[in-house]
Amino acid sequence: MMTPVAIHLANVTKHYPRHKALDEVSLQVPEGRCLALLGHNGAGKTTLMKLMLGLIRPSSGQVQVLGMDPAAAGLPFRRRIGFLPENVAFDEAVSGRDTLRFYARLKGVPLADTDPLLEAVGLSFAAQRRIKTYSKGMRQRLGLAQAMLGAPGLLLFDEPTTGLDPVLRQAFFHHIRDLTTRGATVVLSSHVLTELEARTDLVAILRQGRLVAFGTLDDLRREAALPVRVRVVVGTEASVVAGRLGDGLAVTVVDGRSLEITCRIDEKMAVFRHLTASGLPALDIDIQLPTLDDIYLHFSHHTAEATA
Amino acid sequence: MRAIGIIGGKVIGDALRNRWIVGATVLLAGLAFVLSFLGAAPGGHVGVSPLAVIVVSLSSLSIFLVPLIALLMAYDAVVGEDERGTMLLLLTYPVTKRQILFGKFLGHTATIAIAVFVGYGAAGLANGIGREVDAMAWAAFGLLMISSVLLGMVFLALAYLASIVASERGTAAGLAVGVWLLFVILYDMGLLGLLVASEGRIGTTAFQILLLANPADVFRLLNLSSFENVRLFAGMAGASGEAALPFPVLAAALLAWVAVPLGAAAHLFGRREL
Repeated sequence: MMTPVAIHLANVTKHYPRHKALDEVSLQVPEGRCLALLGHNGAGKTTLMKLMLGLIRPSSGQVQVLGMDPAAAGLPFRRRIGFLPENVAFDEAVSGRDTLRFYARLKGVPLADTDPLLEAVGLSFAAQRRIKTYSKGMRQRLGLAQAMLGAPGLLLFDEPTTGLDPVLRQAFFHHIRDLTTRGATVVLSSHVLTELEARTDLVAILRQGRLVAFGTLDDLRREAALPVRVRVVVGTEASVVAGRLGDGLAVTVVDGRSLEITCRIDEKMAVFRHLTASGLPALDIDIQLPTLDDIYLHFSHHTAEATA
Repeated sequence: MRAIGIIGGKVIGDALRNRWIVGATVLLAGLAFVLSFLGAAPGGHVGVSPLAVIVVSLSSLSIFLVPLIALLMAYDAVVGEDERGTMLLLLTYPVTKRQILFGKFLGHTATIAIAVFVGYGAAGLANGIGREVDAMAWAAFGLLMISSVLLGMVFLALAYLASIVASERGTAAGLAVGVWLLFVILYDMGLLGLLVASEGRIGTTAFQILLLANPADVFRLLNLSSFENVRLFAGMAGASGEAALPFPVLAAALLAWVAVPLGAAAHLFGRREL
């Protein structure tokens, strides 16, 4: 059985008077998954989120979220979503608790649900304090709490991890995992792939309004076909060993003691078998997989050339 | 309806917290008390109701102060939330733009109403209690308070328009000051100049239309010409037969001055994309 689709975009284009913010973007996200939108500033991430939120309408193409047209469905749709804007702002003079209660009332969520939410994001200790006294991380957590009000089916986070230290970031992804386990779909955007630490199921890379890559991280790794580097420390006479391995392998001698083999990711095991079979006097082996940044740069660069 | 109440409640809560309600009430009460004592001294010994005199002086006070309070309170209602970034989040909640605007309008109106009824009411009661005050004077005083709130609503609606049209808070503030200057100060000066310059060639109807085109003038006429005893003190006794407009026309004009800018603001706000 197929998982129901939470987000369905078909050839979505959004023009502004001055520029084209999105150009023929199509993608599908099944329910209960976490999608990361990646791209530089101005790549169209926020525009895409606003379309999914129904704050703006596409110039052409179709947007379907939770089985509804977000811009037309209105209030029933908005009861089922949660949103954390980039650099979330609140009324500074109000306490965190009162702020959350205000949003709960608007969403028709029982007020009794607000304190457990503050507890969940670790803000109980500052609930009575005015938001003026909150740090960046605390504001972000309050933003997370308000997005989770009423257990929404879809949560959208715009640059949620920007400015968070690694500990808070870990905690944030912990919450995301809880949400997706519960069946909620999560979309988050970032301009740094490494910040996401491979915690998302799906990745969409946007570049100048176009979708240049979409799939799981493994898909993208395969598609990018970036080489794996295997560095072998052989102790002495690296060039001699390199000559022995020679046949068909891309071997380079790094220095007198070690050499490096580059291969495609699907050739990795074959290379290992070959190394073992050839009785290589390996002292140490170090494998470098392409990092998330390498993959991201690959796709960004790729398109940069295409546009130039 | 629920959402309007929640937004309105937040506005009132904010106005309590940042002392807008207390400040406006104290200001109006203080000035009303001063005027009531200054006004009562010359009025007291000629044997007429001093409350009617107070209505005359308080309506002049209202014309200056109430629009100013309304504009200052509401000019950043929309553009302020845009700039702080709270509007974007609010719009993703199950609440329409119309509900946001009307909710704010409700909250701000309540704030002005509290200030007017408590501030003026206290001064009026202090003046009227223990004296013979005829029913007509009380009615005139009641009309003054109600129409002051309506005047406030007119300028709230104009402030929202400025707040929606402007893309920056500073621009909205400038527009608000401009609206105040135009309707409260410059318009009457211009009208007077026009009358003098035209040497009486402006007909009664044209003059009346020009008066109706300014909410502050509508408010003034409504208060100074509706009751006989007030007319006497306002120097409107003679004018009443000729140029004055009937009460229903003035009341309708003031209501239209609330409805039209508010409707325009709702329309423009609703049409706007983020």
